[in-house]
Amino acid sequence: MTGALPPPKKKNPQLRQVVPTLPPQMRSRAALGLTAAAARGAFLLQHCAECGAVQYPPRDACSACLSVELDWRETSRDGRVIAETRIHASPDPYYRERLPWRTGLVQLTAGPTVLCHLHGDIGRGDAVRMDLKLDKAGQGVMIALPATRSADMADDGQLRALTAHPKHRRVLITDIRSPVTRPLIEGLFRAGAAQIFVGESESWRRGSDHAAIAALDRVSVLPLDVSDAASVSRLAAEIGGKTDILINTARHVRPGGVLGADTVFAREEFEINALGLMRLAQAFGPAMASRTADGVNSSVAFVNLLSVHALSADPHYGAFSASQAAALSISQTLRAEFRASGLRMINVFAGPTDDEWHQPLPPPKVPAAALARSVVEALCEGLEEVFCGDVARDLEARWRSDPKVLERELSGGGA
Amino acid sequence: MTDALIDLARALGDGSVEVVDLTHTLDPDFPVIVLPPEFGQCARFRMEEVSAYDGRGPAWKWHNISMNEHTGTHFDAPIHWVSGKDVANGAVDEIDPSVFVGPVVVIDCSEGAATDDDFELTPEIIHAWEARHGVIPADSWVLMRTDWSKRRGAAYLNMRDDGPHSPGPTPAAIELLLARDIRGFGTETVGTDAGQGTHYSPPYPAHYLLHGAGKFGLQCLRNLDKLPPTGAMLVAPPLKIKGGTGSPLRVLALVPARTAEGERP
Repeated sequence: MTGALPPPKKKNPQLRQVVPTLPPQMRSRAALGLTAAAARGAFLLQHCAECGAVQYPPRDACSACLSVELDWRETSRDGRVIAETRIHASPDPYYRERLPWRTGLVQLTAGPTVLCHLHGDIGRGDAVRMDLKLDKAGQGVMIALPATRSADMADDGQLRALTAHPKHRRVLITDIRSPVTRPLIEGLFRAGAAQIFVGESESWRRGSDHAAIAALDRVSVLPLDVSDAASVSRLAAEIGGKTDILINTARHVRPGGVLGADTVFAREEFEINALGLMRLAQAFGPAMASRTADGVNSSVAFVNLLSVHALSADPHYGAFSASQAAALSISQTLRAEFRASGLRMINVFAGPTDDEWHQPLPPPKVPAAALARSVVEALCEGLEEVFCGDVARDLEARWRSDPKVLERELSGGGA
Repeated sequence: MTDALIDLARALGDGSVEVVDLTHTLDPDFPVIVLPPEFGQCARFRMEEVSAYDGRGPAWKWHNISMNEHTGTHFDAPIHWVSGKDVANGAVDEIDPSVFVGPVVVIDCSEGAATDDDFELTPEIIHAWEARHGVIPADSWVLMRTDWSKRRGAAYLNMRDDGPHSPGPTPAAIELLLARDIRGFGTETVGTDAGQGTHYSPPYPAHYLLHGAGKFGLQCLRNLDKLPPTGAMLVAPPLKIKGGTGSPLRVLALVPARTAEGERP
């Protein structure tokens, strides 16, 4: 059984920091289906539409009947380990740093035999639950996990390398005024976070949860205004080198379409929601990207909270939707820019949140606690895309099915 | 006439007239007025580097700046308020520039404001001031000293769940200043009105009555404790913004130097 991961010692300042390396990156286009599934926590394999064969690894044609009608479908995760190997030598720089490394062959109930990473708790003959995870190179890989969960299972070294688990890590939450911040602090500590920094803009304005949050153990409230480049740089200079996870909760929402709305509000939304993300990434990104191999509390993830209307506009929140689409686009560029370091860019999408700016909307609305749970889950599981709540999941499904149909439905009888 | 300016230049040179800066630094974190969130808000001061002797401009450094007309130490023109919207030449670019330099009197309310966050400037206080210093001369600036500019952080707006609490004038005080035909009224607080000024009749009397009468406002001033009650000169030219309702500005006072005994001549 995996033992609990001890907290890291303070760093030896005379030792050179480990430089980030990546596992092999080359994949066929067909294999990127694994990456897409892993990004959102699905377990999808190719199923032949003609003969029904399930195949692995992914190919351009069915290995049984040569049909090219291959669908990516949710597949049973059950399997049994038929062989295991402990690798003690590797020419690959990424694995050389992490030896020994265990891999094995697993016979899937669905059919194929797969070569995969093995969790430390399992061995030959064990029943396993398969998972698709993104590795440091952002590619979908398979890991065999114990069929039943155990307390410290996530502390296994090989699994931890595939997630962004908060345990023993230091987290920056950017906006104390966000209703998500409080439940997020609680969720992160439950997941084992070591320390939490919380940004507060305009402390002269009061009206935040300052006193209650500042009084929490292992929480520091620090000045941070994502709309002000100088403020973001100042905080990055102070804590950028020990920010392992950054969660951007800063957000500006105002109802209204585009025709009748005000560019002053729209500018605020872009300043905070889109450019704020850019400022945070510019100030914190380089230091975080340099520390992705820095031991137990290495930097792992940059988390962005988005409206699901980043995918397709809600005409009743026109400028806000536009700012979310801009933020989504910026996050995609950042994902590419963080790629070489292995720093994970996570987007958590939600439908209308249960707050003062969505008062007249009917339920279901996303409570802050649910959004906080999704963020912590995304980190613990190492996801890249999470859709929180029924509205977001429904919109995502409709967007996948046909974005034009969704657009027409959202525009309804007019805004 | 020329002699007067030569004398002034000499006085500035030998220190017998001092220049006092009544301006706060434009700082992104300096408080601005906060309105209910469904209203449009006053933009904070922001500064973005365009280049800094680097690839974006090898030999020079400069910034883009942005703000509201009413951010930081600023000037209010008559068209800022609905009551002054039809005042002739009521925008900052239209105002006769001769009014940007002129005499200033200071009414010291710092003692009262030290113990009462909602301290009011009343006609009684103005009458008492006039009993000592003479009737407020027509066409002068009148500044209300509260030492509020020495407050920092949350204590400045002093926001509570029933709104901000800071000193200011009563409607009757403003009526009296208008009867004296003043040029404008200035404060150390974030606005010319009291924090709770919305509860007067009319609401925000300094804004409503002064601007309706074509008078000007100055707010977020500092160093008023370095000004004499009378005898100083205010220099307060706003930026020449087309149709502007106000502007951040540098406010200076020309003040006779104190003698060795601490008295002003």
